[in-house]
Amino acid sequence: MTIDTNELAALRPDMTRFAYLLLRDSHAVEDVVQATMLTAIEKQDGFKNNSSLKTWLFTILRNKTIDSLRRGKREVSIADLSGNDDDDLEEVLFNQNGSWNQEAKPSAWGNPEVSFEQSEFWVVFNACLHNLPEKTSRVFMMREFLEFEVDDICKELSLTASNCWVTLHRARAKLRLCLDTNWFSGQGFEASGR
Amino acid sequence: MLSCKEANRLMSQELDRKLSWGENLGLKFHVSLCDSCANARQQMSFVRSACKHIFALDEKSDQ
Ligand SMILES: [Zn+2]
Repeated sequence: MTIDTNELAALRPDMTRFAYLLLRDSHAVEDVVQATMLTAIEKQDGFKNNSSLKTWLFTILRNKTIDSLRRGKREVSIADLSGNDDDDLEEVLFNQNGSWNQEAKPSAWGNPEVSFEQSEFWVVFNACLHNLPEKTSRVFMMREFLEFEVDDICKELSLTASNCWVTLHRARAKLRLCLDTNWFSGQGFEASGR
Repeated sequence: MLSCKEANRLMSQELDRKLSWGENLGLKFHVSLCDSCANARQQMSFVRSACKHIFALDEKSDQ
């Protein structure tokens, strides 16, 4: 099956955004996206109509991004990564006894999966992802999108295991809060109908 | 009993590693009694399923 090159070009901004969240280096991102598009064109016989072009393309992009992370080892970024993005989130959420602060108590989201059908939800979700601090975002994306095991993330980024756990927890807590504020308790979710 | 803060750490870690028998029991017990933590746990696993869904949705809307 032949790929529509217009369709391929249309997916470029999405690929660039995705790669940027992980690599944070516009040259590396450009290389990875370029290599993905070339591979896609070269290997288009391998593309089967039963998966979407985007899914197929992102599988290639995912592998190219992993290669780039491994190859580059990104000395610069690793230095940046040693600092914590912020450590006081737990202090905002919990009191000294480790119980929820009144205003931080998570409310019920009902049946949140219905939001997957709303394109507005994905705009909010992407914005929340982009709002994560750099180190937090990198660790989270490696875990959830590249599906690295935590041990491998630690190794790749020279982080201690406990630092990795804390960072992943922080990412999830921040995303949860961001979705709550901007979608589930706001207009978006109401308008889309529960 | 685990504090809410400890329960929250475990509910994130259960997405990344297999909890020990004791941790698992402690977490299950806590969320069975604490609605706020039960909500937090549902929200964290929703964040994961959103990540898995992010490309699948476009498949639908493309058609
Ligand atoms: Zn609790």
